[in-house]
Amino acid sequence: MSTIELNVPQSTPLSTLTRLFRRCEVTGLAVHRPAEMLMRANAVAATVALLIGGISAILILLTRWQAVHLLQPMMFYRVLTAHGISMLIFFIIFFEMAVLYFAAGPLLNSRIAAPKFGWFNFALMTTGAVLVEWMIWTGKADVLMTSYIPLRAHPLYYLGIIFFAVGALFVCFQFFATLVIAKREKTYEGSLPLITFGAVTAAIIAVITLLHGAATYIPAFLWSVGLLDMDPQVYRMLWWALGHSSQQINVAAMVAIWYLLGAFTVGAVVLNEKISRTAFVLYILFISMASAHHLLVDPGFSSSWKVVNTSYFMYMAVLASMLHGFTVPAGVEVGQRLRGVTRGLFGWVKNAPWSDPGFSSLVLSVVVFGFVGGITGVTIGTEQINIVVHNTLRVPGHFHATVVSGTAVAFMGLTYYLIPLIFRKKVAFWRLAQVQPYLFAGGMLIFSIFMSFSGGFGVPRRHWDINFSGAPFQQAFHPAVDALMAIMALGGLLAAVGGGLYILITVWSVFFGKPFTEADRVAGAKGLPQGIIRPPRALTAADNRNLPSGRFGHAPGTMALVLIFLAAFAVYYFANWKLLSFVWKIG
Amino acid sequence: MSAHETEHGAEPMHTGMVAPKGRWWVPAHKSEKVWFTIAFAWCMVLFAMMPLWHWKGGQNPSGIRSKVEAADFKARVDQFVADYKVDEMNNIPVVEPPPGSDVYLLGRMWTWYPVLKLRKGVEYTLHLSSIDVNHGFSLYPVNINFQVVPGYDYGLKIVPTEAGEFSIICNEFCGVGHHMMLGKVIVTNEDGSR
Repeated sequence: MSTIELNVPQSTPLSTLTRLFRRCEVTGLAVHRPAEMLMRANAVAATVALLIGGISAILILLTRWQAVHLLQPMMFYRVLTAHGISMLIFFIIFFEMAVLYFAAGPLLNSRIAAPKFGWFNFALMTTGAVLVEWMIWTGKADVLMTSYIPLRAHPLYYLGIIFFAVGALFVCFQFFATLVIAKREKTYEGSLPLITFGAVTAAIIAVITLLHGAATYIPAFLWSVGLLDMDPQVYRMLWWALGHSSQQINVAAMVAIWYLLGAFTVGAVVLNEKISRTAFVLYILFISMASAHHLLVDPGFSSSWKVVNTSYFMYMAVLASMLHGFTVPAGVEVGQRLRGVTRGLFGWVKNAPWSDPGFSSLVLSVVVFGFVGGITGVTIGTEQINIVVHNTLRVPGHFHATVVSGTAVAFMGLTYYLIPLIFRKKVAFWRLAQVQPYLFAGGMLIFSIFMSFSGGFGVPRRHWDINFSGAPFQQAFHPAVDALMAIMALGGLLAAVGGGLYILITVWSVFFGKPFTEADRVAGAKGLPQGIIRPPRALTAADNRNLPSGRFGHAPGTMALVLIFLAAFAVYYFANWKLLSFVWKIG
Repeated sequence: MSAHETEHGAEPMHTGMVAPKGRWWVPAHKSEKVWFTIAFAWCMVLFAMMPLWHWKGGQNPSGIRSKVEAADFKARVDQFVADYKVDEMNNIPVVEPPPGSDVYLLGRMWTWYPVLKLRKGVEYTLHLSSIDVNHGFSLYPVNINFQVVPGYDYGLKIVPTEAGEFSIICNEFCGVGHHMMLGKVIVTNEDGSR
């Protein structure tokens, strides 16, 4: 049976380490069983959080869809709080913990540091998460995800977040310790693989983020019990140093997963280690300051502070994403060209395994993250343009395209590989699994776009009733808004079906699924992605002859795609300046 | 001999799962260099636009910013209302300040206080603050949005460029009555007519 490229020779005497390893027959990697168990636990916790966040999402949709208007106001804000925290914090971070265990353990053929400590951390994070959910659902923390003081939640709410964050911080330390072990025990030769390098950047950013988190939530906790005064503007700055940096953990982890899914599905290559790694380092250097773009229309900061932090610094992180946005698809293109798919500009697109949910997730994640999330994010994060955007629906319209269509879709794609590789099960409901990424990402795309359009009319985010019942004055939005928000809701419900399918497929596979054995790896088998049935063959030096060397280098197709991207970016960006120029004079 | 042959002629390319051996700090491919140059140039355009708009553009969030105690701000608003009140709408005073003066708007759970009557084409300094929690100033349908933070006075130079009635929506969550927090700005023509 073929295997993909290895870090170490098959002959590494694992028995001399311990019996705690198994050899993965697909990747050839040595899998440390305690690492595997921790990955499973964290993945299961992530899925539970996804379920809570997903049910909340449906309730929110059915309320903001003005024709349905399901929930009462207090319950709406409560569910909105739960949605934000469950999705953006618990689902994503639990999944990232699994990714960290994977990137330092199996990917380096290494045992992980202190597995028991890992279980302690998992318990700490779970306890924190349960505390927070308990406070929210019993109505003691109706403060939304950002909990801007002086809105006040029960002290246990802040304490729960602190527990969760400390657990996550410890997992990062465990990750760094595992890197040391792998290096010392020589489980791999040379430099860290790019994917692990990406995970390292995610973990470093996580440490920075969680320190900001401590600086936010520890004072907030003390404030909630009356021991400390806290300035609301300082809180907002600290909270976003946490809130935005945490999104950069997601981006770094997501990009690492892009490289991983590219490798699993089509044998995507790394064009140049220097470029890809430098781009990861740019994330570390510049992203904390980029949090300033949440404060562009706040009274506490000068324009020069805002401009310096968002332009000088944030755009270097934007540059990093634009580099990955090229190298990832170019790696897919070159990987295929090297293996003989050389026809035309886009033969590699046509030939790609579109029915492999790992591959379709990769493409959907890259495209929607870049074209929708990235372009809108950079544009609305511009100091002056933010005046026509701040706290309207354009903001969640943007970040659902990054964190859901980008990060969550990448996580989902990876799951279809983790089920056989880590849970040792075949993927249940295989036909559904093949359409799930399209359904979910397609629904989210409709949702994000129509949410953004509604926001363009000034519709506020985090708002129970845009008919303003009970207000001293009357206010009706532009008639188009009702239709836009109805389509938004339908797109969101479509995505909820896709998300529900994901949960059904993963839970069924893991708990009731058929075990995955070597004999299952036959052409046309259901329940296994193509990259597992028939991994992309290893490359030889002779394959380099397949590379085009025309004017646009090795990846002319990708070059064409990124130029289209840049054109779309420029049009959207300058259209927003034009839009801004129509409003009242402000200075 | 082209660049890629010198780099990769002897070595097979690898995926991101492989630990690269030896020296990998090598020149990038041509396509990557081209894209890096284009992307960097674009980032410089993005960077240039913000200072440029401060210099030439008409909409900037600069403002006159200072810290303020809630009680002090409340006192200024009350004085402002006492000086220039011309009417009432739904028990909320309507205030018509002299053209070019300082204008005060208070956000609190869950009203914008008072109703402002301004004149088209005249510059005012609009002071925004809150005496309880964060609020969001969102002028509809113009679509101008600012964060209103307790303890801070955000004094924005504004020039209404159109006459009519405008709503102030609160777009920062401020508690269960958030959706009822709707204020009003009336802009009259240059001669004071509606």
